[in-house]
Amino acid sequence: MLSVQNLAVSFQTRRGEVEAVRGVSFELEKGEILGIVGESGSGKSVTSYALMRILDAGGTIKRGSAIYSGIDLRRASESDMRDIRGREISMIFQNPRSALNPIRKVGHQIEDVLRQHASATRGDARGKAIEALEAVRIKDAVTRYDAYPFELSGGMCQRIVCAIALACNPRILIADEPTTGLDITTQKAVMDLVRDLIRARGMSSILITHDLGLAAQYCDRIVVMKDGEIVEQGDPASLFSTPQHVYSRKLVDATPRAGETIRNLLPPEDRSPMLPYAIEDRPLLKVRNLRKTYEGKSGPVEAVKGISFDIKHGQSVGLVGESGCGKSTTSEILVRLLDPTDGEVIFEGEDIGAIPAKGFARNPRRADIQMVFQDATDSLNPRHTSRQTIAEPLKRLSLLRGNKLSVRIEELAVLVGLPLPLLDRFPHQLSGGQKARVGIARAIALEPKFLILDEPTAALDVSIQAVVLNLLVDLRAKLGMTYLFVSHDLHVLRLLCDHVIVMKDGEVVEQGPSANVMTAPQDPYTQALLDAAPAPPERRQDLLLAGVS
Amino acid sequence: MLSTRPRLRATLLRILQAFPVVVGVVVISFVLTRALPGDPAVYFAGASADQESIEQVRVAMGLDKPILQQFVIYIGDLLQGDLGQSLSTGRPVAVDLANRLPASLELTLTALLLAIVIAVPLGVLAATRPGSWVDHLCRVVVTAGVSLPTFFTGILLIYILYYLLGVAPSPLGRLDFIYLSPEHITGFYLIDAALVGDWETWWGAAKQLMLPAVTMALFTLAPIARMTRAAMLSALSADFIRTAKAAGLSNRKVLYSYAFRNALLPVVTTLGMVFSFALGANVLVEKVFAWPGIGSYAVEALVVSDYAAVQGFVLTMALLFVALNLCIDLLYTAIDPRIGFLSQ
Repeated sequence: MLSVQNLAVSFQTRRGEVEAVRGVSFELEKGEILGIVGESGSGKSVTSYALMRILDAGGTIKRGSAIYSGIDLRRASESDMRDIRGREISMIFQNPRSALNPIRKVGHQIEDVLRQHASATRGDARGKAIEALEAVRIKDAVTRYDAYPFELSGGMCQRIVCAIALACNPRILIADEPTTGLDITTQKAVMDLVRDLIRARGMSSILITHDLGLAAQYCDRIVVMKDGEIVEQGDPASLFSTPQHVYSRKLVDATPRAGETIRNLLPPEDRSPMLPYAIEDRPLLKVRNLRKTYEGKSGPVEAVKGISFDIKHGQSVGLVGESGCGKSTTSEILVRLLDPTDGEVIFEGEDIGAIPAKGFARNPRRADIQMVFQDATDSLNPRHTSRQTIAEPLKRLSLLRGNKLSVRIEELAVLVGLPLPLLDRFPHQLSGGQKARVGIARAIALEPKFLILDEPTAALDVSIQAVVLNLLVDLRAKLGMTYLFVSHDLHVLRLLCDHVIVMKDGEVVEQGPSANVMTAPQDPYTQALLDAAPAPPERRQDLLLAGVS
Repeated sequence: MLSTRPRLRATLLRILQAFPVVVGVVVISFVLTRALPGDPAVYFAGASADQESIEQVRVAMGLDKPILQQFVIYIGDLLQGDLGQSLSTGRPVAVDLANRLPASLELTLTALLLAIVIAVPLGVLAATRPGSWVDHLCRVVVTAGVSLPTFFTGILLIYILYYLLGVAPSPLGRLDFIYLSPEHITGFYLIDAALVGDWETWWGAAKQLMLPAVTMALFTLAPIARMTRAAMLSALSADFIRTAKAAGLSNRKVLYSYAFRNALLPVVTTLGMVFSFALGANVLVEKVFAWPGIGSYAVEALVVSDYAAVQGFVLTMALLFVALNLCIDLLYTAIDPRIGFLSQ
């Protein structure tokens, strides 16, 4: 179908030419779903943009060829390429909401493609667009035709993007991280839909993702990329059981899955023994009938509908649920940034829910309850160095000044594994993992008893995620902290938490020890969440050893 | 159906919001003019007036009454469309403004139209070809536009086109004395002349209008071109442009239906601001070209403490701005379907 030979792409930047893809070769068979897996900067997306010739400004294909049914996509004229895009090869993207024109009706956006490729005339475009919507299983397609992207959910927007991509019956579909930013059950629905459509139409597909588990579940063959080169390719089962290249082994290790411990995410040489920690049988935090109501456009909206749970001293509790389930509202109330409408938040015997969030910064309890935020980049002040960022809570809430302050900051940097020279760098000079460490150092600076972690690894690559998760586990044991870990990733929670709380529509549907909840869920919703999580093939240690030797 | 009702609501709400602003404008224009330095009674009583005749003038003007009472009288007059009597021209302020406002508006609108016609395509072209000669031209025009004051470009244009080349008519008002001014219908000479079919007068008025309009256009096109370029650049780097390209849409479609429509919002905002300061910047251009506009009228009135005229001017301008902002907000609603959804 598609034969890529020695493809190289480079970008003109201020610091000269940077080669993003360095001689990549692969074949895409008819009817095959090929996965391209790699971490950020591996050149996997750039490869696909090069195939479509939609590289950003400054990007050029330096060498190689990409032959699609006798045409070299590198040398084809721009007008030939316009005919190929959308009609022969089409593409779906990450962040579906921003991938659609925000001020054009979705039906019209589908019509644009149909009309462009002469698959419809002015007269029958509307009908064909509605058919395309029905093909991606959108209910009530006639009404949805007139909707704008902002009126639709993320999953629905991704279906629209699919409808645009598939409207003209292309032969190849390139999916670039199609489920980033979607909930886990939505991810499954979208991926199942895409796979079914590809199979039904006999199309070929390239799935680009950072999630090895997802690729293993949906692809016939996987290509692993690193720094613009293919390091390994093979079928998912053998790639997981006997990864040949060091990098793919590291990637396979770092992918959280059933039956592994958190240390196993790290490369074998970094697996130090787990530090001991103790859970005391007395509650640090008691939440009783917590309720939060927002004033919505059409009447009040109940975000949290009277939930209750306990968190014990030293425990690590996972709070899991999909977007809109109220987990963020709950964590914001617990960290006292938001006032509850009703209910109690009892921290060490004191109802801190009754203290207004506005004045909580001046409360001595402020130092006891801290938070690590979701986006390591957005939660750091871009004009503060790491040192200033970590110093901020110490200056406000502790008496440390001058020399003692800098000693404490360096102590914290060592604790979170941040090299000391990086303390004087600004966020844009740090990598994702380093920024996460700065955020964690800031949160633990005051030695809090209770730390709330809001998806702290969501924006990180899996290998970095593995390191950060292990760091968090060690810090908890060293400092005797209690964690509330908010996440949508059940695999991560399984590794990190002793106790899991599952939320849906503002209510707790299930809670219990994580081993029980994960293996024998009682509630159908928990079951659905578990089913939706991609299940990477299990790794066989014996084969691994054979592969190494 | 999904989107029309909240948008309609937002539109009506926005129109209602204009009313309190108008009330505020009336109060502020009254208070501001009372706060002007100088005593109008002393001025209008004349140089040789004694204390008694000054007092007489004061009583005649109603300035001896308490300020609240003056305000009530002012509101009463205002409701009848009476803006008071200009003490320097001796005519009702409303009549003066009705004569002079169309002159200013005609000049500003023509200049703005000229600026849009040049600046928007220039900005779009510059954004689509960054680093090309169009981009550099855009940069030069923008820099020149903001750095050359209008009185300078005005005089320069007169010097070259009227004095040296003789292609432009003498810069003296709205119409050369050989023409009769057209019948007063809207007050806009171009429209009035066209309505009665007097094309000779139309041409005469257009020739007079050209130089001052070009002067103002040069000044106003800079921010428009700059904003169009920036908005287009950010729209073109958006994710949905990549989707559109990957779907094989033609460059034309990507550029106009996708990028340009999304870039319109900031451009419209800039247009509103440019229009506002163009009306203000009018005074200099009107002085240079002896244009009988509202700006020169206001300056003359201000100099002689003709408070009724100043008050009328401030009120008119403020109402104009309120109307302008209303139009721009309504234009937003037309361009961006998200407005009604978010503004509740």
